[in-house]
Amino acid sequence: MEILGIPLQAFLGQLMLGLVNGSFYAMLSLGLAVIFGLLGIVNFAHGALYMIGAYVAWGALEYLGLNYWAALVLAPLLVGAVGVVIERTLLKQLYKIDPIYGLLLTFGLALIAEGIFRDAFGVSGQSYPVPELLQGATNLGFMVLPNYRAWVIVASLLVCFGTWFVIERTRLGSYLRAGTENPALVQAFGINVPVMVMLTYAAGAGLAAIAGVLAAPVIQITPLMGSNLIIVVFAVVVIGGMGSIMGSILTGLVLGIIEGLTKVFYPEASNIVVFVIMAIVLMIRPAGLFGKEK
Amino acid sequence: MRLKNSVPACALAMATLFGSPAQAQISGDVIKIGLITDMSSVYADLDGNGGVEAIRMAIADAGGAINGKKVEVLFADHQNKADIAAAKAREWFDTQGLDMLIGGTNSGAALAMAKVAAEKKRPYIVVGAASSALTNDQCTPYTVHWAYDTVALAKGTGNAVVKAGGKSWFFLTADYAFGAALQNDTSTVVKAAGGTIVGSVKHPLNASDFSSFLLQAQSSKAQILGLANAGGDTINSIKAANEFGVTKSMKLAGLLVFINDIHSLGLKTTQGMYLTDSWYWNQNAETRAWARRFFDKLKRMPSSLQAADYSATLQYLNAIKATGSDDADKVLAQMRKTKINDMFAKGGFIREDGRMVHDMYLMQVKSPDTSTEPWDYYNVVETIKGEAAWTTKAESKCAVWK
Repeated sequence: MEILGIPLQAFLGQLMLGLVNGSFYAMLSLGLAVIFGLLGIVNFAHGALYMIGAYVAWGALEYLGLNYWAALVLAPLLVGAVGVVIERTLLKQLYKIDPIYGLLLTFGLALIAEGIFRDAFGVSGQSYPVPELLQGATNLGFMVLPNYRAWVIVASLLVCFGTWFVIERTRLGSYLRAGTENPALVQAFGINVPVMVMLTYAAGAGLAAIAGVLAAPVIQITPLMGSNLIIVVFAVVVIGGMGSIMGSILTGLVLGIIEGLTKVFYPEASNIVVFVIMAIVLMIRPAGLFGKEK
Repeated sequence: MRLKNSVPACALAMATLFGSPAQAQISGDVIKIGLITDMSSVYADLDGNGGVEAIRMAIADAGGAINGKKVEVLFADHQNKADIAAAKAREWFDTQGLDMLIGGTNSGAALAMAKVAAEKKRPYIVVGAASSALTNDQCTPYTVHWAYDTVALAKGTGNAVVKAGGKSWFFLTADYAFGAALQNDTSTVVKAAGGTIVGSVKHPLNASDFSSFLLQAQSSKAQILGLANAGGDTINSIKAANEFGVTKSMKLAGLLVFINDIHSLGLKTTQGMYLTDSWYWNQNAETRAWARRFFDKLKRMPSSLQAADYSATLQYLNAIKATGSDDADKVLAQMRKTKINDMFAKGGFIREDGRMVHDMYLMQVKSPDTSTEPWDYYNVVETIKGEAAWTTKAESKCAVWK
């Protein structure tokens, strides 16, 4: 059986790989959406935070002998702490002025972070082994899927829907959402809004770090790994609708799959297909697929 | 703003024009060597700071000065953009009195600088860039290509792999001029040696994920996966090929692999792979001695490009010593008639098309248990003689080689 001239097996295989890449897009765009939705900051440092997350995993193994699972906990905490410092010292000053300043600031931070890591580790990058528990591959009948890639899908879905649940379905989440609508009123109810905003940025940074650790065993860890990915992730957020949590998760997964299929039908276009879709979506629905018009 | 900047620039240009006495053999009373390369992005480890340091080592070994005239080095980052490279080269020739330019990594940038150097009639030695066009259809009387090119890589690895039984090939190719040239040159060699090309897939430069392309390669049932890409793209394709078990059914042939790539991937992932390079630090006592000096400064072993940066600078300075002049035509004529014998090349010579003809080496990556020390990565399995390694006169379209 064939689909558009491609054997069904190969087609299913590509769908699966698209889903793996989509998981990364979903996780990264989720962090961006959370930060934009609650802080109104376009966080261009997101790619750098993702890169730092991967380097924390590598450094923990190289220098401290801490394994992958420890890194999965350590990296978001450390990068989250970096996020706290950034928010307290820099971003805090910018909430009342034009969002463009936040964008410029975070872009500058990303360049500085990349420069520091490039200076310290070079650009060829570091290798990180696949954790022992997840080595090997499983034959799914239509393809041989490395166990680690399957884990990436599971982990990212858990993280994504966990985050969505916290923000949309819990009391804490409702405080957060209320805080963005009317901070003064929420403050009047005795809730410390500035601390809440700070922790939100830290959580967004932590999400980027988790994605970084998940990516470490599958791609080379280099100072440039974030900037290679971040533009696509921004396109995902724009397509999904800035600030829409569920929108960015679903868009991430679907675009990963579309991109994967493009690699089969017309590989040369695989790095622009996301942007073509973005242009079309912006023409039809300027607020994005899941965004609300203001 | 632009006007403001150009005033001091003009003053400087006038100073270099009129400041030096006309009869001086060394223009501007200083010998200036410039390196324009990728200092910050994907290819920075292959050349970059290490390249600058290698040039400094050559200047020091030549005595730091010739006939009492100091030798200086300038360097700049072209960020892999051809227009920045060409503009910087022009600026240096016009306002800095640059005597010789070394072209670093990135073929697009190297070809753009070749045009500027030819227009300004100054020696231009390309070290880092791979495109064989530099000494073929785009050759100039002022371009010299020192280390390697796509033809030599294709002939080296392509022939060896077919000889070892790898008859059917599938290419994974970076979707830009360099990737296409490398695939093309290798296909020609493979077919001539009796192999077949089963198919190919193009991937964008700096692709973040290769699994999809590798699955296509795997379903082609070819024996050999030819990697017509470079740097991070090669590294990530090799990683994914291991992860997806492609290496169980296909053998990898890295068409442009540097020791830095092997270092960052590790021997476990790369063992047994064939590759062609112009130099390897652990070849003999002379290369080792130089490499250890380099290592003391940079804490990593030199790539072939960094060794070639050293060699090119040293030979250029030797030619100035011999002629007592930094006049472009005199120095180039001297370089063309002198055999090159240093730790990089033995019995090398510069052909009329600008190609520096020297031996190339086919290497195989060692397994982790046969590697005796850090950076001990290769077995040299074959020395490809200079006559066999490069574009032949019959194949060349170079106008100055007729």
